[in-house]
Amino acid sequence: MSTKPRIKLDKKEAKKGDLVEVKALVAHVMESGQRKDKDGKPIPRMIINKFTCTVNGKQVFAADFEPAISANPYIQFKFRAEESGPVVLTWIDDNGEKIVGEEQIKVS
Amino acid sequence: MTLKISRRQALTIAAGAAAAGALAAAPGDAWAANDSQDLIKKFTGGKTAGKGRVKLDLPEIAENGNAVPMTVSVDSPMTRDNYVSDVLVVAEANPRGGVATFHFTPASGVAEANTRIRLAETQNVVAVAKMSDGSFFMDSKQVKVTIGGCGG
Repeated sequence: MSTKPRIKLDKKEAKKGDLVEVKALVAHVMESGQRKDKDGKPIPRMIINKFTCTVNGKQVFAADFEPAISANPYIQFKFRAEESGPVVLTWIDDNGEKIVGEEQIKVS
Repeated sequence: MTLKISRRQALTIAAGAAAAGALAAAPGDAWAANDSQDLIKKFTGGKTAGKGRVKLDLPEIAENGNAVPMTVSVDSPMTRDNYVSDVLVVAEANPRGGVATFHFTPASGVAEANTRIRLAETQNVVAVAKMSDGSFFMDSKQVKVTIGGCGG
């Protein structure tokens, strides 16, 4: 459940104003709530419904996920480098459980 | 493409399809239960979204509907006064229309996101972008799906 997410920044050091690309993959079943088990009972929905990314505490990107997002959700986006600091990625699932990953960006 | 079906009719069709236990497999009119048009209406507040500026990148043919790579990008300078704030993505023939909503800020630098989505069958995927000035733009793309990705 709470395996470590895999996060990759395309550069660890950036010049101010550069675009930094973030790729992240997290392990999660993303149970859609549409499937039935072998007895015909619906399998309850259990997905990551919220993803956020902050750089130095400021939100640069967020997403609301629906059941139509694939299992082990992959997300890729960019942000503009302004100042050095932690890049924090947070995933929250239907149970309110948080998965957090962190990288550092150095801006010169 | 908008079908004129009242809410009551839509509910009846949905209930019928559910009773038949054919939610994922029901062809044709089952997608009347899909709420993508309602989601778009709620997102835009009833405003009409213009064409252009939004680009939805999806494969023409997806062999596996369980994981279809999707990139959505919006042409915008992403400055403090002129940026894209939200992008809604819906699928018109999934059991439920919603796919994802992306939230951008001027600090995003560029309004672009990529993820992998589930598509139950061949259908249109629609992206609607909300600009900071309150205008809306959209793009849609048809994806042919060989193996559906929502069944069970």
